[in-house]
Amino acid sequence: MLSISNLRAEVDGNEILKGLSLEVPAGEVHAIMGPNGAGKSTLSYVLTGRDGYDVTGGTATLNGEDLLSLDPAERAAKGMFLSFQYPLEIPGVPALTFIRTAMNAQRKARGEPEVSAPEFLKLAKATAASLKIDFDMLKRALNVGFSGGEKKRMEIFQMAMLSPRFLILDETDSGLDIDALKIVSDGVNAMRSPDRGMLVITHYQRLLDYIKPDRVHVLSAGRIVESGGPELALELEREGYDKYARAA
Amino acid sequence: MNIAEAITSGDASLLPGKRDEDWRWTDLRGLIRQIPAASPEGRAWAWESPLAGQPDIVVGVVNGRGSSDLEVAAGEEKFVAWRFLSTAEAGAHNAELWVTVGEGAKLTLVESYESAAGGYLANTAVNIRLAKGAKVERIVFAADHAEGVSVVDASVELAADAAYAQTVLTHGARRQRIETRVNHPGAHAQVRLDGAYLLEGQHNADLTTVVEHQGVDGTTTQLTKGVVRDQSRGVFQGRIVVAEGADRTDARMGHHALILSDKAEIDAKPELLIFADDVQCAHGNTVGALDEDALFYAEQRGMPEDLARALLTAAFVGEVIERIEHDAVREAAQAWAAQRLEV
Repeated sequence: MLSISNLRAEVDGNEILKGLSLEVPAGEVHAIMGPNGAGKSTLSYVLTGRDGYDVTGGTATLNGEDLLSLDPAERAAKGMFLSFQYPLEIPGVPALTFIRTAMNAQRKARGEPEVSAPEFLKLAKATAASLKIDFDMLKRALNVGFSGGEKKRMEIFQMAMLSPRFLILDETDSGLDIDALKIVSDGVNAMRSPDRGMLVITHYQRLLDYIKPDRVHVLSAGRIVESGGPELALELEREGYDKYARAA
Repeated sequence: MNIAEAITSGDASLLPGKRDEDWRWTDLRGLIRQIPAASPEGRAWAWESPLAGQPDIVVGVVNGRGSSDLEVAAGEEKFVAWRFLSTAEAGAHNAELWVTVGEGAKLTLVESYESAAGGYLANTAVNIRLAKGAKVERIVFAADHAEGVSVVDASVELAADAAYAQTVLTHGARRQRIETRVNHPGAHAQVRLDGAYLLEGQHNADLTTVVEHQGVDGTTTQLTKGVVRDQSRGVFQGRIVVAEGADRTDARMGHHALILSDKAEIDAKPELLIFADDVQCAHGNTVGALDEDALFYAEQRGMPEDLARALLTAAFVGEVIERIEHDAVREAAQAWAAQRLEV
């Protein structure tokens, strides 16, 4: 599914990713943990094509297709979805309008017909109910005046609506209380499927109690320095990142 | 300095210019060396508006000729369209409109500025008097020709408890000034003064407002938004004066503009002059580009860059248009913006 090989990237001339390699097979959830400044968010932006994150070497493919030569919208149409650590406020655009515009743009890029209004509303209502989102909130400007928890819930809502093939969750647990964390995790877990992969980026182990990873990787100073099973997350929680910081 | 007199007398030196503080960004004297000849008579054409057929009254004023009085009797409610048309190539004309709205009456006034040829110099004076408790919503669609020069100067007097709301929508002209002066002599009057300018090519637009609060408990809210592309230029001048004794005035002014090209320009001058003690006044002014973070967010969700830019720009302007109260006019305004922003 997602295959990253020897990826190097820089921001403002500073190399942040220094030969990162990673394989996430379809159906698996992989966690990336690491200290602040290790390059976790950079990895998510490089994979989704953000301006200013310049790839200087290596490859990244989704189901064998090169991602790095595509613009962000093309990558989204191929199925890449990033749940932002800090979701943006979009004044003047109701959440439903935003998502429908995105959905139709993706469909158009894939040569599929547009979603009809009734079909879209039906899907939105069912998805909102499953995430305990008040439907009226979806008529308001996206994320404007929403709490941190509401914004994260909206990310999961968009994810569920757009049904991407590969999910990247960047610090999805930050700013969530325990109830919101449960709702968000349930939403993510509901999306686990044999043909979908996920990369869960997190500083703390807490989220992984709710979204159980198949593999855990430690990212430090721009490279994966250790990989293991779920027990690695618990070890990191106990012992911290010190030994990796030193090793790097 | 008097544009009407400059046109009547043919004396270009009477035009306002950059030495007049309030006109320094819209220099007519520097632009017009010679006043064009008086515009001839002309013929109106069908109103190309989604609103056609809806107002109770539609009046056409062609090259300054036509009816100039509108009266709404006490207690009545009217939806009126007033079209100011310029048909002359290189002609000059003055027009006037006197509006009186009686006690408790309600008027929705759609004023449009349309043109069949460029090169004209048009000057329109609008006077609006609101009696006690009267309510007016005025929407200006300024669709001047790219080569036209147009000045619209509206003077609004509010009695106590009157409410006046205005939205100016313009795509500019060679030079265009749309000025509104509102006087709140009565108490408890409410004013909303909004505007949107969407400029491209070499168009100019100048939205100037002056609000004077002289009575107690008056409110003014202002929201103007601009989008400038190419080598266009937008000017916003907003002045709110709170006179001594106009206590408990609540005045808020916002002007926000997007500059979408390196060669476009925005000049803005928000001013609050406060001579009373117990007031709430605030103004905000921002000029910048589209938020790159928001753009990436929309692109990440699958919108190609052009679509993401169009959506965010339309949303930016949409905030002004949503404030239009009259449903059909608001829809016409949405269509106007969508056409210009190519959403």
